[in-house]
Amino acid sequence: MSDNAVAGATSVEHEDEVLAELTAPVPEVGDGGPEMVQLLTPEGQRVENTEYDEYVKDLTDEDLRGFYRDLVLIRRVDAEATALQRQGELGIWASLLGQEAAQVGSGRAMRPQDYAFPTYREHGVAWCRGVNPLNLLGLFRGVNHGGWDPNEKNFHLYTIVIGAQTLHATGYAMGIQRDGDVGTGDDERDAAVIAYFGDGATAQGDVNESFVYAAVNNAPVVFFCQNNQWAISEPNERQTRIPLYQRARGFGFPGVRVDGNDVLAVYAVTQQALNAARSGNGPTFIEAYTYRMGAHTTSDDPTKYRVSAEVEVWKHRDPIERLKSYLVHTQKADQEFFDAIEVEADALAVTVREGCLSMPDPTPDSMFDHIYVEEHPVVEAERREFAAYHAGFEGEGSH
Amino acid sequence: MGTMTIAKGINNGLRAAMERDPKVVLMGEDIGKLGGVFRVTDGLQKDFGEDRVIDTPLAEAGIVGTAIGMALRGYRPVVEIQFDGFIYPAFDHIVSQVAKMRARSLGKIKLPMVIRIPVGGGIGAVEHHSESNEAYFAHTAGLKVVCCSNAEDAYWMIQQAIESDDPVLFYEPKRRYWDKGEVDESAAPRELLKAQVCREGTAATLVAYGPMVKTCLQAAEAAAAEGKDLEVIDLRSLSPLDLDTVAASVEKTGRAVIVHEASTFLGMGAEIAAALQQRCFYHLEAPVLRVGGYNLPYPPSKLEEEFLPDLDRVLDAVDRSLAF
Repeated sequence: MSDNAVAGATSVEHEDEVLAELTAPVPEVGDGGPEMVQLLTPEGQRVENTEYDEYVKDLTDEDLRGFYRDLVLIRRVDAEATALQRQGELGIWASLLGQEAAQVGSGRAMRPQDYAFPTYREHGVAWCRGVNPLNLLGLFRGVNHGGWDPNEKNFHLYTIVIGAQTLHATGYAMGIQRDGDVGTGDDERDAAVIAYFGDGATAQGDVNESFVYAAVNNAPVVFFCQNNQWAISEPNERQTRIPLYQRARGFGFPGVRVDGNDVLAVYAVTQQALNAARSGNGPTFIEAYTYRMGAHTTSDDPTKYRVSAEVEVWKHRDPIERLKSYLVHTQKADQEFFDAIEVEADALAVTVREGCLSMPDPTPDSMFDHIYVEEHPVVEAERREFAAYHAGFEGEGSH
Repeated sequence: MGTMTIAKGINNGLRAAMERDPKVVLMGEDIGKLGGVFRVTDGLQKDFGEDRVIDTPLAEAGIVGTAIGMALRGYRPVVEIQFDGFIYPAFDHIVSQVAKMRARSLGKIKLPMVIRIPVGGGIGAVEHHSESNEAYFAHTAGLKVVCCSNAEDAYWMIQQAIESDDPVLFYEPKRRYWDKGEVDESAAPRELLKAQVCREGTAATLVAYGPMVKTCLQAAEAAAAEGKDLEVIDLRSLSPLDLDTVAASVEKTGRAVIVHEASTFLGMGAEIAAALQQRCFYHLEAPVLRVGGYNLPYPPSKLEEEFLPDLDRVLDAVDRSLAF
């Protein structure tokens, strides 16, 4: 996730480029094509779908308002984290802006006993699993490398090496199989795993190996790819020659493309895939077709490689506005509700900010902790040396 | 008590661990019906089933990566890498994930898994089948690295590695797989992470592990015939290193020769030599010497006898140490 680009570098020497961009025709922006599952249009109109309607038919108005609340709150957390990075309080932040529906729709489709293996951008999934956003910020602030207990909310630690977690997810799913927690018909027992990754990761050997391992083991794992169109600066055309979801067929399991900015469709498609996995029907590949509205991370500068006209097209597909339109015109939510969510979001942002600023730095000798379970002579010797070295400065003031 | 090969010692050790703990599962290429290319897992799939002795697809990153997931679910995977030179596709998972997962979680989770690796040359194999890459992993904090040299250790150490809550790389000296030794299955085992003085002597200390222990014991026999009384230490654990045992020996003999098949540059011998000059500076009568593979890619097998340390090269180093 590292890159050395300096943000915000528009200056006089770029003037020609800026003018050229402003006058250039709008680029062709993919819309996902006819195969893409969509239950809500960008305007918030409900589209009937004979295959997937059944997965959303039991959703109450309260559930739908809950989705909206999730989308707004996690976007607010994300915006606050970006601001905290700009103010020097986080070393870096990987924004999920634009991908909220893909994460909330899939996250809400999970049951408590299911397990998520995220990349480093799944703040919305973490939210749905009940992980405190401050746990995520700790990593980006540099006080730890994650540090939460993955088994508490069945949400694994963020994995920064691209695609590696897909194999961990598959192995975990193989463990579920061996525990007999697949296909019993018991809704509280049968479990599945979701492996999250991006379009860039689909080129990784690990991801392709995980497809093979999951397929031959019929493992209860859902491969959830958020195709946000950009792997840092490299577009889809540099990643693949066919639509990503079509790759699944070559590995022997179903692949489906879903509108990643449509929380209902993502929820439905993920429900179906999780049900299949839990009941013993093996893996599914979901390509959530979405867009990274912001930079790859706060260190990135997307103006160097993509045009703002493309971003403008995707703004009209915004996941929050679309659900809001639907809730408004179906009268499932009123202005009072939307106002209340804004108030809650602002309060959450304050909590996140205060929590971040008051996060204690780790004590220096804590870097020797938790390297091994069992006592280790080198670690212990160096811990003593470190303490003795610093003790030697006592009385000399801080250093 | 019985006589068995190193391969059989590991096989029996795996069997004992699997009988004791239903969470122990084996994963690797061809380890099921075939019993592995060295037959180390022979008969285990028949007795424990395909769910516990898993024939994996032919992809090492996948083997280790899925084993990580199994460990996260509460299993104790024992992974077989078919040959030392095939571990590199899994390098990322071992170094970036296996080694770091516990620290990443601030101790919330553990990753008990064993990665078995047949190691070293001397079997006349083609490229990639004769490598000694232990230093890569010994260099990585978060891993433990051990290497057995005889049947008794093979039997016990594999069980201890499986019982360890930390991830362990378990090196097996492939050219010694068929060497026989006594194994007392009722005796109390030695500690996993302790070196063993396997021959006492006073003139100089030979430090070795894995396949080179036998070579050093043979060298000590030959030296004894010439009146030179050598001490031989089997390190057994490469990370952590039992430097106390090595230093105590060198303080007694004043001379050390470290022997391994791996290339010497930045190898285990370099680390041990550095530690010895630090700990035994006033006891040393001669510079610490290393005998190892030359600093080359492993050569074609027609040249491997020239490349690998043998009895004569060990004795040559001993003579240089004694003559200093």
